[in-house]
Amino acid sequence: MNILKNRDVLLAFAIVLLIGGVAARFPAFVRPGNLVNVFNDTSPLILLAIGQMIVILTKCIDLSVAANLALCGMAAALMNGMGVPLPLILLAVVLLGGALGAANGLLVWKLGIPSIVVTLGTMTIFRGTIFLMTGGAWVNAHQMSTAFKALPRMVFLGLPVMSWVALAAIALFFMLLTRTPLGRSFYAVGGNPHAAVYTGLDVGRTQCIAFVISGALAGLTGYLWVARYAVAYVDIAAGFELQVVAACVIGGIAIVGGAGSVIGAVLGALFLGVINNALPVIRISPFWQMAISGSAIVIAVTLNATQNRPKGRIILKEVEPT
Amino acid sequence: MEPILSLRGISKSFPGVKALQDVQLDLYPGQVTALIGENGAGKSTIVKVLTGIYQPEEGTITMDGQDLHFANAQDASKAGVTAIHQETVLFDELTVAENIWLGHAPRNRFGLIDKRAMRDGARDLLLGIGSDMDPDLRLGDLGIASKHLVAIARALSTDARVVVLDEPTAALSHKEIHELYDLVETLKAQGKAILFISHKFDEIFRIADRYTVFRDGQFVGAGAMQDVTEGQLVQMMVGRAVDQIFPTRTPQIGAPVLTVAGYDHPTEFADIRFTLHQGEILGFYGLVGAGRSEVMQALFGITTPSKGAVRIDDKFRVIRSTHDAISAGIVYVPEDRGRQGAIRGLPIFQNVTLPSLSRTGRGGFLRLAEEFKLARDYTRRLDLRAASLDQELGLLSGGNQQKVVIAKWLATKPRVIILDEPTKGIDIGSKAAVHEFMAELAAEGLAVIMVSSEIPEVLGMSDRVIVMREGRIVDEVTGGAMTPERLVRAAAGIAEAA
Repeated sequence: MNILKNRDVLLAFAIVLLIGGVAARFPAFVRPGNLVNVFNDTSPLILLAIGQMIVILTKCIDLSVAANLALCGMAAALMNGMGVPLPLILLAVVLLGGALGAANGLLVWKLGIPSIVVTLGTMTIFRGTIFLMTGGAWVNAHQMSTAFKALPRMVFLGLPVMSWVALAAIALFFMLLTRTPLGRSFYAVGGNPHAAVYTGLDVGRTQCIAFVISGALAGLTGYLWVARYAVAYVDIAAGFELQVVAACVIGGIAIVGGAGSVIGAVLGALFLGVINNALPVIRISPFWQMAISGSAIVIAVTLNATQNRPKGRIILKEVEPT
Repeated sequence: MEPILSLRGISKSFPGVKALQDVQLDLYPGQVTALIGENGAGKSTIVKVLTGIYQPEEGTITMDGQDLHFANAQDASKAGVTAIHQETVLFDELTVAENIWLGHAPRNRFGLIDKRAMRDGARDLLLGIGSDMDPDLRLGDLGIASKHLVAIARALSTDARVVVLDEPTAALSHKEIHELYDLVETLKAQGKAILFISHKFDEIFRIADRYTVFRDGQFVGAGAMQDVTEGQLVQMMVGRAVDQIFPTRTPQIGAPVLTVAGYDHPTEFADIRFTLHQGEILGFYGLVGAGRSEVMQALFGITTPSKGAVRIDDKFRVIRSTHDAISAGIVYVPEDRGRQGAIRGLPIFQNVTLPSLSRTGRGGFLRLAEEFKLARDYTRRLDLRAASLDQELGLLSGGNQQKVVIAKWLATKPRVIILDEPTKGIDIGSKAAVHEFMAELAAEGLAVIMVSSEIPEVLGMSDRVIVMREGRIVDEVTGGAMTPERLVRAAAGIAEAA
């Protein structure tokens, strides 16, 4: 636990350093208004990273999050076109996203298929479904109602609703993971599935719940995304799942399961968010952005590996006289 | 006779600990030398020195009068030292012949692997150790005993003169163990020097010619087996006389707690019926694979029997999941602690409270203070050695991890506790502690089932013993009838002597 905390501090420090570095050349970057923008821009990544983190905790991975987001976003846009009231749309995207997540989870649970295969498949199916729903057509800004587009941008106490949603999710899932039996079971199941079975936990069911959470968050983010950018089409958020997984890895979520925290996932997302926002400001090409994000992942994984090394040493202990 | 291989004055230390201090070891051609010592005595370390994995800080390794230095495992292998470990390092997807020749396969004149020479050579090697196994079989299709044969054939393919067998019988059944003994005889006849590491005294006395005892990383003594008794060896190992290993107890056997009737499983066991009483320790003896663990796993809801009933106190219980078992008051401490018991990445206190969260929490939320209290209460009872309960479980030693696993189950306040091979692979000192603790639990009125394959343990601890063979209960003995002969005969299916 101490190592994780230290790691979180380290990452937070890296983020501050990054912001400080950019601010040294472009002081405008650290204006409160701009920092709010950066956070707001990163909110979808934070929401998905939290869901992904829970899935990874249970030794699974959800590659279908971005496709789920796109499908739910399109569903929201179409419902809006049919005149469905906004509260109902919000409820519907969360339920739809959760149901899509449940489809992943049930395949992993009941048929025992590896999650990477399941979600690679459903990822394509979800995108294909959007095409079937729309015939490839776009839903553009003028086809959306004003209220539909306005909600994520509405400002409360200096923060847009989208940021508030991210903050609420951080608080909610922090509590869930640290203060409820369900949260504890995610760690136990990922830490040692065999032992979890012998302790009376249902491993498959726990993994399925993780997928439902990840899916529901993707569904909600789908609405926020479509409403904020005021456009919905088959390929929105294409490839975004990789950024989500990257945020988790940078945030110190163990890819083998059983270790990680909400704070880590959020910091990982913020780190990528700051890079994505800062590099254009200091006029670095988007290709460099990819290289820099990639390097961050490699560094994070290296850090994880070196931190795990002392654990390997324990093997020697059995040889030593005790 | 001159030894093939001599180690003198070997010292090896790790940060903070001297694993070996000035130890010696001699291995003679055509003889089996047993290396004896408690866990942590330095047995594994010396094996690693011998096979070039560790380099000692001091000391000499002499082979045929020449001083050698093993810089790595290849050096040792070239010098003719080979080790066969408990879990053999072989490849399931390759054939028997490919496994034997991997890394030094015979080549044909084009420099390519000569399949025919490989297959013939493998067949010859296997015949040499008394096996007519087909070299084209896929290794993954073989049983453990056959894999051992392949490992030994592989060792011989490098012309090894010194063979180290590191607890080779730990995972074998009765029949397979006897096949291994025959194999050791074959190797002896070929003039190999064999170092045999085992915890089991009966097999040491059966196959070893010489012994060497280590204690706490130091050399204690060596000699010929015929000049030593079991008691003397134990005394050398522990450095004190051990006359009474098992706690004396006066069992207070009460009312029946658990009644199992007509338990059937399509493939694992049939017609299992027994009653367990309050305050009783019921031993389950049998050979490996007799179905004992399978019955216990069914009682604990891991597998589902096709037929049968379980009654706890006076209520019939349906056990379909571990959750059902735990709420019925049955808990199971599995044999494979590392895999099935401990969650190494979680802190100690969270491991303890995992099945008790509904009790320590309130209103669907966890209460960490309560969890700490529960964990502290139960780990203290087991005399757990840990810096803090917040420490990751994986940082503890094996024995302490097991204490945590047992504490986890006691914290659920069970009626019946099932211990599957509770002392397997732990040293004599820790064994005594576990036995002491089992006696305490029974005295407090818990009903205890102990599955064990060690006859002294079964006889020393149980009030009653059930013997299983091939999935069925074949004998049940109490009191004076509990003799080693009777248990072994029942387990092996040998008729009473006339």
